[in-house]
Amino acid sequence: MSAEASVGELRPMRGPSALGGDPRRFWTLTWTLAVLEFRLKFFGSILGYFWQLMRPLLLFGVLYFVFTELVRIGGGVKNYPVMLLMGIIFYTFFAEATGTSVGSVPDRESLVRKVHFPRLVIPLSVVLTTYLNFVLNFAAVMIFVLASGIAPRVSWLEIFPLILGLGVLSTGIGTLLAALFVRYRDVQPIWDVALQISFYGSPILYAIETIPDERLQHLIMCSPLAVIVQQARHAIIDPGAPSAAEAIGGAPWLLIPFGILVFVCALGFYVFDRSAPHIAEEL
Amino acid sequence: MPDPAPAVVVDGVSKAFSLPKERVHTLKERALHPLRRREHETFSALTDVSFDVKRGEFFGIVGRNGSGKSTLLKCMAGIYKTDSGQVLVAGRVSTFIELGVGFNPDLAARDNAILNAIMLGLTRREAIERYDRIIDFAGLREFEELKLKNYSSGMLVRLAFSVMIQVDADVLLIDEVLAVGDAAFQQKCYDEFNRLRDEGRTILLVTHDMGTVARFCDRAMLLEQGNVMQIGEPDSVASEYFETNFGRGGAAEADLKHHQGDGSVEIADAWFEDGGGNRVNAVAQGRRAAFVAVVQFIEAHDDPVFAFSLGTDGHNIAFATSTLWQEEHTGSFAAGERVGFRVSFDNYFAPGRYHATPWVARRGSGQDVHVRVKDMASVVITGARSGGGLVDVPHKLRIERTEVHAT
Repeated sequence: MSAEASVGELRPMRGPSALGGDPRRFWTLTWTLAVLEFRLKFFGSILGYFWQLMRPLLLFGVLYFVFTELVRIGGGVKNYPVMLLMGIIFYTFFAEATGTSVGSVPDRESLVRKVHFPRLVIPLSVVLTTYLNFVLNFAAVMIFVLASGIAPRVSWLEIFPLILGLGVLSTGIGTLLAALFVRYRDVQPIWDVALQISFYGSPILYAIETIPDERLQHLIMCSPLAVIVQQARHAIIDPGAPSAAEAIGGAPWLLIPFGILVFVCALGFYVFDRSAPHIAEEL
Repeated sequence: MPDPAPAVVVDGVSKAFSLPKERVHTLKERALHPLRRREHETFSALTDVSFDVKRGEFFGIVGRNGSGKSTLLKCMAGIYKTDSGQVLVAGRVSTFIELGVGFNPDLAARDNAILNAIMLGLTRREAIERYDRIIDFAGLREFEELKLKNYSSGMLVRLAFSVMIQVDADVLLIDEVLAVGDAAFQQKCYDEFNRLRDEGRTILLVTHDMGTVARFCDRAMLLEQGNVMQIGEPDSVASEYFETNFGRGGAAEADLKHHQGDGSVEIADAWFEDGGGNRVNAVAQGRRAAFVAVVQFIEAHDDPVFAFSLGTDGHNIAFATSTLWQEEHTGSFAAGERVGFRVSFDNYFAPGRYHATPWVARRGSGQDVHVRVKDMASVVITGARSGGGLVDVPHKLRIERTEVHAT
């Protein structure tokens, strides 16, 4: 029996890289890892999905009580509970995607050290898993929105580019953190603090228009996360609330958060791409 | 058959790891000691390794722990980036590294098998289609819904090995598959190796088992501290391997506590020889071999007894002989005389490591010892098969029906 003719020619075996050369395989791997991870969360405990949903809802319950009954920040804001819940769901996406990305490479050590595959699959699959969670959480929020008497509008379609933007932002930061964490383990606590700041630094608890100092409003709106949260509120909950462009002081200013988004993504990819060839050795 | 084209070419591959002497793990440490230079030790795992493997060849890679075998395999698999040189591979590569591909302990065997098949290059649909063959080959059908954290290491290896051989790779890189796994599964692996080889697939196997090397490999390579020591026939690579492991000669470091006697005789040296009279550390089963000791008389002795025993690693005496049973006198020896003591035998011992204890005693019972050096020289008997006994006596085996038996 002769050897197969189709075995192919000698080709150089390239070392590990971020992207690899095969987009189809890249996507298959990302999707497979994301679904498995999602199923682990979902079926890992008996009440898997229940807890997935309860975490943001409990946070919402506590904050709602504190800020309507005790501090009364939300008193004068129209549809404050829905706004708060929507903000929390968006923030949860951001926190979960980036927070899980941080340690994602060491978490998959058994794959990284044993199989040749494009390394960027790892943080991307984390973000994809977060999307799967988000769909369920978001459905719950929309029920809440409809129950509050908010009627569907065409501007609800804006949710798609907004969610996409949130995913891109999370991916950019996630890849950056994942690559850095392999070398510097204290990225973890630093990012935990940064997440806290980003929660209070976004118009989730408070409505942006209630900040007395307009310059501070503009400053807060420089954060891409704040832009997404604010625009979601404007588009879905309350058309009377300022849009992101209004809150930052004019549409041209939106170039600042957009620039930050692009920069973070480029930096994240650059750092990850550079460290990808050696990631298996550093673990 | 014409010389087939190479399936794997490794050309001048070097790989060094930089190991910080004091691992700085945190930014705080860096911030506190910004001026302290990070000292690195460069550990050279592979130095200018070159070889090629022909299509359909079964190639063994042997070497001691830390000799760079696994690093080499990882460079070939594209998991590590080489510092210099390149690796060329024809076709798809499948790997079995560090007891299998990556598994997630919280997922069932089924999900892990499919995930790994995808990792190794199958599409999702192909992976699902082949799952049945994978789980059946592994013999784990009844455990397919069990989470992997409840699997034994032997079961994990079986699953990983099954995945690896089912992904239709042209080149298989296998690291120590046979270390774990029971005898039945090992036999299955051997059968599978044969089948893969018949299909023209190329296999590179890292192993410590010289029996496997001798039995399956067409060629083998010995690595030592990241350097290629030898590439060639499995037999000669295997014996070179034993020499790097156990050192040449073996008599030099004879331990004092193993040394007993009245001091009137010494044994200057002892070693094993193959049939050709070459000093060796490994001899193949079934060949002629000899034990030789150089005996130095400090005082004169008349008709002493020369004796020798061959013990296994488990301290069983596999074979012993002495001049006590010979009719003739051994002779008279003057002070300062040096003689050779040679025991030639047909080597029917089971594969394994053996230790020779030579001694010289006063005529009579043989208990009055002039000198005795326990385990003075060692030899490894190589061979692909072993019935499980201490010796494999030359024999014939046949089945006879009763009517034939009557004749």
